[in-house]
Amino acid sequence: MKHTEIDTNKTVGKPISRLEGKLKVTGTAKYAAEYDVHNLLYGYVVNSTITKGKILSIDLSKALALPGVIEVLSHENRTKLAWFDLQYTDMDAPPGTVFKPFYDENILYNGQPIALVVAESFEMARYAATQITFDYSEEPFQTCLDHHLDSSRVAKKGFATALKPPPPPPTGDFEKAYQNAAVKVETEYRHGTEHHNPIELFATTTIYQGDGKLTIYDKTQGTINNQLYVANIFGLKYKNVQVLAPFVGGGFGSGLRPQYQLFLCVMAALHLKRNVRVVLDRKQMFSFTHRPPTVQNLRFATDTDGKLMAMNHSSKSETSSFEDYFEPIASWSHRLYPAPNTLFEQELVPLDVYTPMDMRAPGGSTALHAIECTMDELAYKLDIDPLEFRLINYTEMDPSAEKPYTSKALKACYLEAAEKFGWEKRTPKPRSMERGNKLVGYGMATGIWDAFQFPSRVEAMITADGKMILNNAVTDIGTGTFTVMTQIAADELGLPMEDVDFRYGDSKKPFSMFQGGSAMTSSTGVAIVVAAKELRKKLLKKAREITDSPFKKVEDNEVTFKNGTIALKHDPNVAVSFKEIIAFNKGKTIKTTNMGKPHMLKLKKYSMATHSASFVEVEVDKDLGTVTVTRAVTAVAAGKIINPKTAKSQIYGSMVWGISKALHEETIMDEKLGKYINANLGEYHIPVHADIRQLDVIFAEENDELINELGVKGVGEIGLVGMPAAISNAIYHATGKRINKLPIHFDELL
Amino acid sequence: MTKTTLTVNQQRYELNLLPWVSLLDALREHLKLTGTKKGCDHGQCGACTIICDGKRIISCLTLAVMKNDSEITTIEGIAGGESLHPIQQAFIDHDAFQCGYCTPGQICSAVGMLQEGHAHTREEVQELMSGNLCRCGANIGIIDAIMQVKDGGNHE
Repeated sequence: MKHTEIDTNKTVGKPISRLEGKLKVTGTAKYAAEYDVHNLLYGYVVNSTITKGKILSIDLSKALALPGVIEVLSHENRTKLAWFDLQYTDMDAPPGTVFKPFYDENILYNGQPIALVVAESFEMARYAATQITFDYSEEPFQTCLDHHLDSSRVAKKGFATALKPPPPPPTGDFEKAYQNAAVKVETEYRHGTEHHNPIELFATTTIYQGDGKLTIYDKTQGTINNQLYVANIFGLKYKNVQVLAPFVGGGFGSGLRPQYQLFLCVMAALHLKRNVRVVLDRKQMFSFTHRPPTVQNLRFATDTDGKLMAMNHSSKSETSSFEDYFEPIASWSHRLYPAPNTLFEQELVPLDVYTPMDMRAPGGSTALHAIECTMDELAYKLDIDPLEFRLINYTEMDPSAEKPYTSKALKACYLEAAEKFGWEKRTPKPRSMERGNKLVGYGMATGIWDAFQFPSRVEAMITADGKMILNNAVTDIGTGTFTVMTQIAADELGLPMEDVDFRYGDSKKPFSMFQGGSAMTSSTGVAIVVAAKELRKKLLKKAREITDSPFKKVEDNEVTFKNGTIALKHDPNVAVSFKEIIAFNKGKTIKTTNMGKPHMLKLKKYSMATHSASFVEVEVDKDLGTVTVTRAVTAVAAGKIINPKTAKSQIYGSMVWGISKALHEETIMDEKLGKYINANLGEYHIPVHADIRQLDVIFAEENDELINELGVKGVGEIGLVGMPAAISNAIYHATGKRINKLPIHFDELL
Repeated sequence: MTKTTLTVNQQRYELNLLPWVSLLDALREHLKLTGTKKGCDHGQCGACTIICDGKRIISCLTLAVMKNDSEITTIEGIAGGESLHPIQQAFIDHDAFQCGYCTPGQICSAVGMLQEGHAHTREEVQELMSGNLCRCGANIGIIDAIMQVKDGGNHE
């Protein structure tokens, strides 16, 4: 079939500034807790102070006596809820039993929500929350991964397993090959708990519309996910529950699943038949999900030329007592490096904590730190330059699946980043470079991340004014989705961007998965391409019906869509505007709704991934051991870049996350209490401006004609994956010390 | 209830507030000026930074009644009507935000910091802006934007 052509001043590939920029810099962008709602009540959550046990009794008398306190909800007086576990599930629920707030008297983890005070003012709700007394019976608990490594087991399988497969079966004979290998390294890596900590606090504003109808402003990465969750639990009709998230103040994975403030806010609104807002405080932001702590053991071996012969990667990570959260860790090395003998194992240790969840580059950022530091150790043992060692083991294939990649420009990433960084100036010996009182180290590492695409449905229409409106339920959590989708749509219809209105962040709009997995540009972007193609067809068909239409005897491929018109290619002066077409259609909008989905059959023969190479310079103070990442270069191969400006920001951001993971952030648990003790932003460290020096981003050219209609892969996570290892390796180069845990503290370098 | 008079963005407001209402909550919940953000309520993230009597302050660590008769500028009052403040425009140009939640605090802090006049170098700007956290990691863009305005021109 011949295709119509689009001719436009293309916007794809241009560094367009964020379309919502003005709203964000003037404070007019509204987040979940900021809707001015009539007669609003404020909810404040009370959390368990014990880690495991039962609530024996609750004394509400003082709280209820306070002026302005309307109600206190708990398991004792909660409204009727769904009966089956399945009704509590959500699209991102791991196998197991979903946590059900206020379900019964049982305490499953420290910080579990156990009551909600609803009052006429925020201050009174917060105060009343301190006036409730709980009588508990405590039970012994297990919260320490290190102490319970022996109780590990494989993860249960479920719906989520499709995207997060367990490690592949062994190949060759690892133990034999490892024993006989010329050069080998055995390492153990430890990573602590991390919390997502978006700066926006989790919040929900529920507007009670009556007749079982709710309008909900929620902090979420997935509007439809939360709509289904609320409707299923509270027995409401799907069409009566609208979840809106036009602006989301960061997610990083924490908004992939509905969080408890949504549940409690909706329960209170239904119970009281009032408008209610529940906002968590910063400490409560540590009372739900997190990146799990892990222990990883690796044994890698090469021949004398540096070719990898054997790779063994075993990982044990924390999950909750009720759900099996699994993120792929052990299997990544074989997606990068070929080795004839492999053994990958991954198990979970169920503990009395809340279920962990995806946090920016889940699994990959943890795994690649261990893998790429182990590779660095091997390079030193072999006396081969670390970059050279990667190139010796380079392959265009995916060795684990024995398939080619749809595209893989990793070699270009290595070479372009190394050149920009000045890797050749590195003297290999540890402690061989200095600058004044600082030891200087250069380190590098590889990154790899999935290139997912989810089904997505887009409604696209041309209205009477000749402009385009698109509808999709996707959220923009700072990823640039709004701008990028507008660019794609504008180019597809040959319209200027200002004539395209992409509407999103609303569960009433056609289906989108939650914003996650670096998959939105491919998912909703492709759906736009599919819908636009259909819309062009419909517009041309209608244009041909116009009396004396210049297109009556013209083939589809002889016209072009340009500046809001359909024009003849060989004579652009012969054109019919979208406005005229709609006028001829009696002013009726021309529209279409289409699904974009991955070409599973075609793609079965291929593996799909983004790749990166990070090069880092650190300075380590000789006396104090303090580390500064003075500069870093990350080159990324992620297919076509729709908007270099917002994409670059994604990579900058994830490089900052890499610095944070390597040197700053960790949640510390008091194992005697089973409780996180640094649950605030003063003691949970993330980089401040003074910690971030020079960062450079390179997008390696990667022309992928196989992966999807747009040739895009996604950039949300890949920039983080290689950074922690590159920093650790640079610290080794500077100091001669291998610190096989994160974050690396200055005292460990003294 | 305590009668409190605040002049916010050149508009005078008379409020009856309980003395425990923070300036941040007074702005957000009572005056519906939600541009000022709550990120920690403990003075640790800087998202609630506003300009009070010419100085940048953290509004979550300030009780509203303490600022009776004060002149306050919030993010809603930083622009001159329809035309953006140079810092605001520079933030857009340098993509100095992603989710946008810390942005009002970053901008108010930057405006206040430049008025203080203590920062001369990029390093000093970074140091004096370090009370404002950005979890998206837009640090490079934020500092680039401020440096461009500070140097009054073509800083990249």
